[in-house]
Amino acid sequence: MFEILHKERIGPGVNRAVISAPDIARAHKPGQFIILRTHDEGERIPLTVADKDAEKGTITLIWQEVGVTTYYFGTMCVGDCLHDLCGPLGKPTHIEKFGNVVGVGGGIGVAPLFPITKGMYGAGNHVTTIIGARTEGLLIMTEDMKKVSHETLIATDDGSFGIHGFVTQVLQGLIDKGDKIDLCVAIGPVPMMKAVVNVTRKANLPTVCSLNPIMVDGTGMCGACRVEVGGKTMFGCVDGPEFDAFQVDFDLLMKRLAMYKGPELIALNKFRETDRGCQCTFPGGAA
Amino acid sequence: MSEQEKKEKKPKVPRQKMPEQDPIERAQNFYEVALGYDNDLALLEASRCLHCKKPYCMSGCPVEVDIPDFVEMVKAGDFIGAAWKLKEKNSLPRIAGRVCPQESQCESKCVLNKKGKGEPCAIGRLERFVADYAAVHGGGKLPELPKPTGLKVGVVGSGPAGLTLAGALIKRGVAVTVFEALHELGGVLVYGIPEFRLPKAIVRAEVDELRKLGVEFKTNWVIGRIETVDDLLEKRKFDGVFIGSGAGAPLFLKIPGENLNGVYSANEFLTRANLMKAFLFPQADTPVAKGRRVVVFGGGNVAMDSARTALRLGAEEVTIVYRRTMEELPARVEEVHHAVEEGVKFKFLTAPIKIIGNETGWAVGLNCQKMTLGEPDASGRRRPVPVEGDFFDIECDTVIVAIGNAANPLVPTTTKLLETNKWGNIVADLETGKTSKDRVWAGGDIVTGAATVILAMGAGRKAALSMMSTFGVSVA
Repeated sequence: MFEILHKERIGPGVNRAVISAPDIARAHKPGQFIILRTHDEGERIPLTVADKDAEKGTITLIWQEVGVTTYYFGTMCVGDCLHDLCGPLGKPTHIEKFGNVVGVGGGIGVAPLFPITKGMYGAGNHVTTIIGARTEGLLIMTEDMKKVSHETLIATDDGSFGIHGFVTQVLQGLIDKGDKIDLCVAIGPVPMMKAVVNVTRKANLPTVCSLNPIMVDGTGMCGACRVEVGGKTMFGCVDGPEFDAFQVDFDLLMKRLAMYKGPELIALNKFRETDRGCQCTFPGGAA
Repeated sequence: MSEQEKKEKKPKVPRQKMPEQDPIERAQNFYEVALGYDNDLALLEASRCLHCKKPYCMSGCPVEVDIPDFVEMVKAGDFIGAAWKLKEKNSLPRIAGRVCPQESQCESKCVLNKKGKGEPCAIGRLERFVADYAAVHGGGKLPELPKPTGLKVGVVGSGPAGLTLAGALIKRGVAVTVFEALHELGGVLVYGIPEFRLPKAIVRAEVDELRKLGVEFKTNWVIGRIETVDDLLEKRKFDGVFIGSGAGAPLFLKIPGENLNGVYSANEFLTRANLMKAFLFPQADTPVAKGRRVVVFGGGNVAMDSARTALRLGAEEVTIVYRRTMEELPARVEEVHHAVEEGVKFKFLTAPIKIIGNETGWAVGLNCQKMTLGEPDASGRRRPVPVEGDFFDIECDTVIVAIGNAANPLVPTTTKLLETNKWGNIVADLETGKTSKDRVWAGGDIVTGAATVILAMGAGRKAALSMMSTFGVSVA
């Protein structure tokens, strides 16, 4: 069950894996996520599905190694199986023909943006995709995105690839050019999404973002993923993960994402002392 | 023995106390608080039963266990036989024996209690004893199954309602598949009720027994997302579906500061501690705030469980804040008693007004208002009334909100033609579990709102009986 069929490094600390999950692949719609556990006594972590193949019965996950679970997942190899995989979860993206859609993806956020872009493209929208990363090595899925976008603009903070600057500057450029844009979909680090909103709000450009709060069950049972949208408390897992970006309290989200910083470090350091966690010796661990 | 002698002898044996871990010691560990009767205690306690011709106790049992018969078998030393007798009506006796509020059910109806002749026969403790005894000494013998009927039923949720229904149906030759959203089976029995009240190994053993009988389980399977109840009926061709998805959508107080770090729903706090084993952190990967000063809002069993869990995780001080007084606490007396023994503090007649946070977004205190008791409300309990101008702060770093659950909308809203009430609970006949939708039954908290494990088990049993009569399966 949930066997890893393919796995590769696509950037420093960033992995891509194709997982056998026929039932999830069949049911999954763009915007939805899964929750996985790598091993018994492991955490439940949410990851947005980057792609799926219903016929082959696979889903693609892309993740960055930041905490104990993502590091552990990074050490898993082809042939290994995830202990648990639950999904699809969350509401699917509202996809229809809006007209001109601009997708903005930052860092690892490009992965969840991909199926949405694919969906928007398939629904007959004119799709412009802006991909950004700190530096060239951290850019992901640029070729995949080009296949489902009419135009793909790439930016790096340090100018090592494409446009030198932030995705927000590129987006501002499109707006300034006077292009008619009907919808903006922004997924990335919280500061990026907040910055995008600062741009789109002024332009009165409807913006959707996908949030990544801390979750436990992912079915609305625990409320760990509380976010404030339009002054109201909502659950990221069942009311989202996508929300009207103008209404989201990003500062609160950032604070809540930092809630377990201390314990997360303790868990990660402990993991690094294990055979599996020692990246110099473990087969799947080397970069 | 003459009638005369019997009457004189019976009351001499007092109700046998449950051996328990020492309060100071147990507040530091997650082992079970109650240790259970041994053979001698069980024999003594069973000897107190009058074996009434008209057993009132049975009328107090939501699953109608043949109480006098099983106690009689305990009396005779036939512990295995007694367990079999129990299991005829109750598929999960080790669980019921631990978490049932017997004092307001079977034991409240016991004649020994009624006539004021002493305390009631400890039916719950005996139930637990024989079920545990059979698990150890029973040799894993399973009941004989009838020929398969060819019927199959889908069950949404593996909590007490779903497991009870599954047990009842499989023993009548109906194939059962249970769909569970989480990675472990048992629902609230594994995510909600703490290890020290209900060890997870016991839930696992009870589930394993159902599996051996042929019940199929699918974990990580969220009905309403991966497929719907309609899919189960139309695509998978189940003859019937039972929805026992639980209440499971935590309520918050809607006061300022509720989304600060360190503020939990009881569901989240308990799920982290129980299901995810945060008490083993960092051996287990999931963390939970091990608060220094913890405040719990609410007065029910879940509030007691949360407070006692926080204590065991290492909190220096745990305070339950409740708007009414000790007398109105909805929790079981036994649970309140245990909490007090372990050192949980209570702040009565206190209403939370606002949670105070610091600049990093963490809770640091609680602003409260003093209350007083006014006229009784619709529930018959005296209504708490704010005392004007009487505000005060409580210092704390962790706040646990245990004020109940609303219906989780995931299943009701994704099922066609399924009637719900204004709170989002599924409308179902309380005697049969039948819903507005053909071939769909429902029971447990998703119907009643948050209630007890045994009421959910009762609902599962009634729905199983209703399904069998609908399908024309003999229930004899």
